Amino acid sequence: MTPANAARAAIEAVWRIESPRLIAALARMVRDVGLAEELAQDAFVAALEQWPADGVPDRPGAWLMQAAKRRAIDQLRRAERLRRKQEVVGRDAEAAEELAAADFEAALTEEIGDSLLRLVFTACHPVLAPEARVALTLRLLCGLTTEEIARAFLVPVATMAQRIVRAKRTLAEARVAFEVPAGPDLAPRLGAVLAVVYLVFNEGYAASAGEEWMRPELVNDALRLGRMLAELAPAEPEVHGLVALMELHASRMPARVSARGEAVLLLDQDRARWDRLLIRRGLAALERAQALKGPLGLYALQAAIAACHARAWRPEDTDWARIAALYDALAQVTPSPVVELNRAVAVGMAFGPAAGLELVDRLADEPALRAYPHLPAARADLLAKLGRRPEAVAELERAAGLSQNGRERALLQKRAAALQD
Amino acid sequence: MRFMLFIHPGLPPSTEESLIPSLEAIGAMSRYNRQLHEAGVLLDVNGLHSPSAAVRISFPGGKPQVVDGPFAETKELVGGYWIIDVKSKAEAIEWAKRCPIDAEGPMIEVRQIFEISDFPPELQEAVWLG
Repeated sequence: MTPANAARAAIEAVWRIESPRLIAALARMVRDVGLAEELAQDAFVAALEQWPADGVPDRPGAWLMQAAKRRAIDQLRRAERLRRKQEVVGRDAEAAEELAAADFEAALTEEIGDSLLRLVFTACHPVLAPEARVALTLRLLCGLTTEEIARAFLVPVATMAQRIVRAKRTLAEARVAFEVPAGPDLAPRLGAVLAVVYLVFNEGYAASAGEEWMRPELVNDALRLGRMLAELAPAEPEVHGLVALMELHASRMPARVSARGEAVLLLDQDRARWDRLLIRRGLAALERAQALKGPLGLYALQAAIAACHARAWRPEDTDWARIAALYDALAQVTPSPVVELNRAVAVGMAFGPAAGLELVDRLADEPALRAYPHLPAARADLLAKLGRRPEAVAELERAAGLSQNGRERALLQKRAAALQD
Repeated sequence: MRFMLFIHPGLPPSTEESLIPSLEAIGAMSRYNRQLHEAGVLLDVNGLHSPSAAVRISFPGGKPQVVDGPFAETKELVGGYWIIDVKSKAEAIEWAKRCPIDAEGPMIEVRQIFEISDFPPELQEAVWLG
């Protein structure tokens, strides 16, 4: 690496570490997330100009904050001059003086957790479209550049830049307050935040587009965000539930794809390859969720299911009866045919294929599952176990016909061929 | 990317008691760990017992040979470690620079942890087959 590249890499690393706190503290001072982000960005540009020559300062966060503050005051003074020309009495001069006197640096430490939490809720605000929430969250809370976000979601950089600009404008126009929602608003708003984090995770874990099966970068961004959130809102069980779910799922990543790039299903995975560190962290996060008051929510229940798999050193050690009961609970929290299907599979594993098949057959006319390849695939598995091979083969072929994913299709065809031998 | 940050206290093996840190040093280190934790990058952190209690196993002629500490050289002795998950080596270095050390001697070493994808394809396959 050349010295110039090394300097740039160091500055980008500082940005990754400092920018969420910087933007959060600035947003608290200027009461505008879009403006705060631009001020932080300007400070970053100033760092790119000065640090390669002068070196990274001892307290880079404080340096960036000072640069952003100067910029904020300049902007207000310029606005004031413009108004004076138009002979309008402005309040900007006053505001500039206020800002000049304000202690920006203290904002970086005092109540920074609260500022960050406000930033999270603002970035995931329901006035924004879901994809705008995702983009803004990665930009503001993870310190990702627009280019990185565009690459992660396989859209042109210009499109992503537009999306972010529009999101910031929407927040300003809707006069979204920079605050943590309270009372009855909190639960749904927190749900929206967790949904954004889980969406980022899933886009990395089971990529819906592109050539790759998984995109570990996005998985890591979601994990980092989730872990951060768990410290910002430690009293919320579902935050820990989501972290547990993500850690436990991520622990399987080294075993989910073969050296040839083929998908490997859960029960066929080499469990020695599961990441023990992430399993340990996932189980600890689940314990934290369970230790808090209230029934388990959507994420904690799914994490509890993942924990049953994580605890089984061999597939045959899996506690399927418990998994079936957990799916039962999940179906009550969030009724869905997909949850019912998973419950049927667990029942089949716990109490025999006939019991499972009975439940699966009840889903046969479910409109939401008409094009869902996992329904015939699950049915095929149960039929095969009951010795009804020709029917199983027909179901696998039907599943392969429904699959949108090339690698999944290949796997289904392979299973059909194996049954015909 | 995962990195292991090793801390080398850089103390001579005789200064056993100086390995028990001051209250102030513990406070500063706890704040540092908390910062790593709150940023969502810390996966694991542990301190190690005194190197005087260390044991080394070497394999002269392919046979294990156990040697008890303390050992003469001190520079490379490890006092503890962090495992962090970050975006780049530069970020791992930035975090290491924030470690609250204000004395000559101690040193932090930044090492990347191997992932399967770091191996060449033919080795990946061998690792897979186990």
